[in-house]
Amino acid sequence: MAEKSKDKVPRQKMPEQKPEVRRRNFEEVPLGFSEEMAVLEASRCIQCKKPTCVEGCPVSVDIPGFIRLIKEGEFTKSIRHIWEKNSLPAVCGRVCPQEIQCEGNCILGKKGQPVAIGSLERFVADRERNHGTGELPPRAAPTGKRVAVVGSGPSGLTVAGDLILKGHDVTIFEAFHKPGGVLVYGIPEFRLPKEIVYSEVNFLERQGVKLECNVVVGRTVSADELFEEGYDAVYIGVGAGLPSFLKIPGENLIGVYSANEYLTRANLMKAYLFPEYDTPIAIGKDVAVFGAGNVAMDAARTAMRLGADRVRIVYRRSRDEMPARSEEIHHAEEEGIEFHLLTAPTRFLGDDSGRVVGMECLEMELGEPDASGRRRPVAKEGSKFKMDCDLAVIAVGAGANPLMTRNTEGLELNKWGYIVADPETGKTTKPAVWAGGDIVTGQATVILAMGAGRMASDSIHQYLTWGW
Amino acid sequence: MFEILRRQEMANGTVVMNEISAPKIAAKAKPGQFVILKANETGERIPLTMANTDPKRGTITIIYQVVGKSTSLFKSLKVGETFQDVIGPLGQPTHLEKLGKVACVGGGTGVAVLHPITKGLKEVGNHVYAIIGSRTKDLLIMEDEMKAASHDLKVCTDDGSYGHHGFVTDVLKELLEKEDIKLVVGIGPVPMMKFLCKLTKEYGVKTLVSLNAIMVDGTGMCGCCRVTIGGETKFACVDGPEFDGHSVDFEELAQRLESYKEEEKRALENYMNECNAG
Repeated sequence: MAEKSKDKVPRQKMPEQKPEVRRRNFEEVPLGFSEEMAVLEASRCIQCKKPTCVEGCPVSVDIPGFIRLIKEGEFTKSIRHIWEKNSLPAVCGRVCPQEIQCEGNCILGKKGQPVAIGSLERFVADRERNHGTGELPPRAAPTGKRVAVVGSGPSGLTVAGDLILKGHDVTIFEAFHKPGGVLVYGIPEFRLPKEIVYSEVNFLERQGVKLECNVVVGRTVSADELFEEGYDAVYIGVGAGLPSFLKIPGENLIGVYSANEYLTRANLMKAYLFPEYDTPIAIGKDVAVFGAGNVAMDAARTAMRLGADRVRIVYRRSRDEMPARSEEIHHAEEEGIEFHLLTAPTRFLGDDSGRVVGMECLEMELGEPDASGRRRPVAKEGSKFKMDCDLAVIAVGAGANPLMTRNTEGLELNKWGYIVADPETGKTTKPAVWAGGDIVTGQATVILAMGAGRMASDSIHQYLTWGW
Repeated sequence: MFEILRRQEMANGTVVMNEISAPKIAAKAKPGQFVILKANETGERIPLTMANTDPKRGTITIIYQVVGKSTSLFKSLKVGETFQDVIGPLGQPTHLEKLGKVACVGGGTGVAVLHPITKGLKEVGNHVYAIIGSRTKDLLIMEDEMKAASHDLKVCTDDGSYGHHGFVTDVLKELLEKEDIKLVVGIGPVPMMKFLCKLTKEYGVKTLVSLNAIMVDGTGMCGCCRVTIGGETKFACVDGPEFDGHSVDFEELAQRLESYKEEEKRALENYMNECNAG
């Protein structure tokens, strides 16, 4: 009987800003669960004995455990339970691809809708931030060991959060003037309010993590100098951070941006508030965004919010191959972003002052599968055509930024410039140096970087405790 | 926080020198490298090549022309006040080697950037000819410093109010005719560098220029500062800021420097109104 009544509760849908309103503002799109909705949604979890959702989580959060506590109204206990495995729940609840991780594995999803695990995680994290007691998790006695974490993105923050609880002395070095890495320069305000990132960082600082911004490791200080200064271990989590371009003529015209530049101006530098903030950004009326991953969706939706009349995603494959999360594609479509598929640009066209005014494109069709297993786009003969645009954003991925790696001796890199690290421990070829996240795997997700950080922090803790 | 320890106005207040406390950067910086500065919370990140560094005092010196809102804001900072953020040292240092006779040519505020390179080239044993110029006498900067940093200094003004009447390229041409110059370093406004490179190309003399592209992060992450060098795209922040002048696409650089012309105008007008109202 009990089973039956659970079936009757539908998956709670988080209220959202309406598309026609949100497409012109930078406020967050989903508005969060109320307490009643959260408790109701939590009641849908059938508390599996062998929870497959946990297997789908890169940091192994005890999902049925924290959901049961929500159902019982024990919100503080619930967040503390999550913290044991995940120091950034407010972030993960928002940006994790739950549909291919925890929720993708949820047993309820086999016949109906999976439990809204991401929304519940977000709910308890937000509740703690807004109404919590501020009580910190318990910390082990100081070990006297010092750890330097290079980069304050998701993997670096995870390492710092784990190791501070184990009693080590942790300092994070960040090259930008603000902490958070891709969480602040890349992911837009309307998907992840920056205040949440700073609050998560502040939570680490309250636990004793030291943060030094404006330090470019590899320039301001080298990894070897960190050891000379007395650090016992170094974790490198500097991200990918080298923009890929299309390498076609006209790419240096004014108005052609890398997604990194476009999003960094808009997010980190708050160019959407220009001239209240000093950093400018080009306001396109007819915008083309190249690529179809999450970053492309972020750029397209940012352009719409900055006042574009028309924003087009231009992608050389078809809808099935688009790498973005389905939720991001859905949100983009609701906001009026157009999808121009099976289209590849071959050159940008400019006016006399060097500003982009359009591009030449080819129509594509899908041929045989390529090395990635996806069907290779092939140009249709004689299909050349012109498209107008006054702003172009190139969001076709990122490579390994060599700034730190090439200034660090003894670090083995692979042929693409990524750091070679042990997949089980994150250990690099340089003694007492670990690495994880995009600088090891290439561009991936926030949660995978956090998973790599978790693995490395376990290994660093072992090393600092036992010397190996 | 990065405190201003010394401040001086030059060229009728159109150029400002700040000596800033930044011990970590001062300990590492080499001639040719730059820093990124941000005045306050709402500020823009501005790249400036260091004019001097003093590892003992733990300071770096920047010299900048006041052109827009951000540099006007920098100018408003007094001794004892701070820049919120200073990041560096960034970019590749100048490759300093003994070649024989070399010429260092600077125009406008470019002289500030040229100064440490001139000093460095002299220190490694070159015979250094320096040529500096400005539109008019009042706008000339760092004459004494450049005199000390070189073996032979010539000064030019466009209007003839001081030194040679004419452009730095005229004086350089005479020098190239007379002496076996192995390297020219030319730093100044884009048109000056462009004409200088055209001249030295005729004489087949290797020429280095320092490019002041617009940047955001300065660490190779955004690609805003891309420049075309010998037909290839490079990032001024990590591949430069110095490049072989004969390979630089100056037209493109000049155009890209105008990317935000309208926005810069608007920001400056707003700022001036605020200052007047305040």
